[in-house]
Amino acid sequence: MQERSSTIDPAEVARFERLARDWWDPKGPMKPLHKFNPVRLGYVREGACRAFARDPRAARPLEGLSILDVGCGGGVLSEPLARLGARVVGLDPAPTNIAVARTHAEAAGVAVDYRTQTVEAVVEAGERFDVVLAMEVVEHVPDVPAFVRACCAGVAPGGFLVLATINRTMRAFALAIVGAEYVLGWLPRGTHDWSRFVTPEELEDAVAAGGLTVAETPGVTYNPLADRWALSRDTAVNYMMLARRGPAEAA
Amino acid sequence: MSNPTDAAPRPEPWTVAIAGGGIAGLSLALALKSALPDAVDVILFDPALSRDPRGDRRAYAVAAAARRMFTALGVWEAVSGGEQPILDMVVTDSRLGDVVRPVFLTFEGDAGTGEPFAHMVESGALVATLLDACRAAGVRLETGSVRGYQADGPCVRVDAGDGAPIKAHLLVAADGGRSRLRGEAGIGWVGWSYPQSGIVATIGHERDHEGRAVEHFLPSGPFAILPLAPGGALGHRSSIVWTERNEVVPHMLALSPEDALAEIERRFGLQLGRLALETPLRAYPLSFGIARDFVAPRLALLGDAAHVIHPIAGQGLNLGLKDVASLAEAVVDAARLGMDPGGADVLETYQRARRFDTLAMGVVTDGLNRLFSNDATPIRLVRDLGLGLVDRLPVLKRFFIREAAGMSPSTPRLMRGEVL
Repeated sequence: MQERSSTIDPAEVARFERLARDWWDPKGPMKPLHKFNPVRLGYVREGACRAFARDPRAARPLEGLSILDVGCGGGVLSEPLARLGARVVGLDPAPTNIAVARTHAEAAGVAVDYRTQTVEAVVEAGERFDVVLAMEVVEHVPDVPAFVRACCAGVAPGGFLVLATINRTMRAFALAIVGAEYVLGWLPRGTHDWSRFVTPEELEDAVAAGGLTVAETPGVTYNPLADRWALSRDTAVNYMMLARRGPAEAA
Repeated sequence: MSNPTDAAPRPEPWTVAIAGGGIAGLSLALALKSALPDAVDVILFDPALSRDPRGDRRAYAVAAAARRMFTALGVWEAVSGGEQPILDMVVTDSRLGDVVRPVFLTFEGDAGTGEPFAHMVESGALVATLLDACRAAGVRLETGSVRGYQADGPCVRVDAGDGAPIKAHLLVAADGGRSRLRGEAGIGWVGWSYPQSGIVATIGHERDHEGRAVEHFLPSGPFAILPLAPGGALGHRSSIVWTERNEVVPHMLALSPEDALAEIERRFGLQLGRLALETPLRAYPLSFGIARDFVAPRLALLGDAAHVIHPIAGQGLNLGLKDVASLAEAVVDAARLGMDPGGADVLETYQRARRFDTLAMGVVTDGLNRLFSNDATPIRLVRDLGLGLVDRLPVLKRFFIREAAGMSPSTPRLMRGEVL
């Protein structure tokens, strides 16, 4: 976040602590994100364990790997990945989110490098990562091809990129906008703009233009009985995409 | 690697505190510490840890699914030798004076999965084995008693007597049917007492029981004979669970050993030859109860702290062990994703897995007891017909066999015998 004066405003700190509790409360305003978190964390962990030959049952299976979490919000993805041993850089354009994420990580004793930088700036500075994540971000950016290109450029040789987003189908419209925002009230109205949803084909083209190869595109579906999200073959609404950079290529 | 930063400092491991070192509490401690040796510190509190558990001769029926969990946890090998498989089971409906006790229900001995449907294990031997395994796995064993706790956002402060409170991320109340922590959490309890107590003893007998369990449904309540491993003065032993009306119990406990044995003989029958009393009679009041919630912020109820059921079908401990398998799975899965193992979502997963199942078992056992602890002729008639029907249309049988086998799709991994 922006440089502040050397004095810390206690009222500001208290506000961030309150916001952090909200962000991190599985039953709070971010409940849908928390419900989604195990499936995407599991997917990233499995992907990294496969790519870098790690044991998913180890206490710190991601030890030594570098991860860039683009659009990290309050850190609900970054912090668990750091606990699993990764060196995580979390990016978010909103200074409040970064303050919330930092407050929580400090209290939990977990080291995460949170920044208000853009992915373009990070890549331009020459930083490269074993894993780059842009989860639930693509549908909110104005220029998808440019954003995906920057994400791809951040992937080190032998590394991979994971994107998670919502397909532009009628079912996605019905579920993500009418259902989740208007009927169930899971998300604030106006969270999503259907015209910005991205189809897997469009995303695949953008990833290929970035020099990465798509390995798989699993769907993510909600089971209302178990109240749990799980991987599936149905990509009509929520889906993820994992794309690799070959080991021999120059970054 | 490509991003040269200093190695990140290691965050403190998660801490799980367990109040109560009974079979359920110890099993949970072992399951967590063996699955997450570095990621989780496990501290278990119980004043009874300072005593040698081996004196406790009470015997439990460990169902196939629970036995699989003990195998997965690596403790079954150490218990074996002292365990007795239940090879078949006979249920009779009778009055004391009946010469012939009609057999209405028989259970073949396996759970449909090629393994005995249950084993009889002595409590002391099982607790001692679990304690050794916990120690070897690195569980911190403390003889203090947990007096209270305070949930505070991301952690819980556990007050265990002298010294500063201990900071943990999850507190598990495995502190029994009258759980102090359940009360502290303000969790309601729905239940009632039965006008019955369970009198427990170990009986020696001349002839081999051949692994057969017998349950006589007497008017005062069920009288169960459960086969134990060979031993004792007469060579063979069984455990009895004798349900008796409360007003009769003090009289029975005051009897001389000879008179007590005579009373037991009237109920036990003579099919196994001469009998001997190997332990004094001990009585436990019977009740049914279930906690309105199994969780509160940073707190999970486990075993008897969450539910106490009628022992008519020997399912109390097995229900508690299912709690262990479900809670261990939820905690381990979360921690392996770097997520808070005491978070509200983990607790919700546990409660969702256990609450309905527990109520179902509670209702079935309560109904069985109400049906059988009765001497009114019409009811006897109905239930005799009923039992016959049950044997032909074996709904109840299937319920218990399925419960024992623990092979439904929602069965937690430990109960399938998988390592977490």
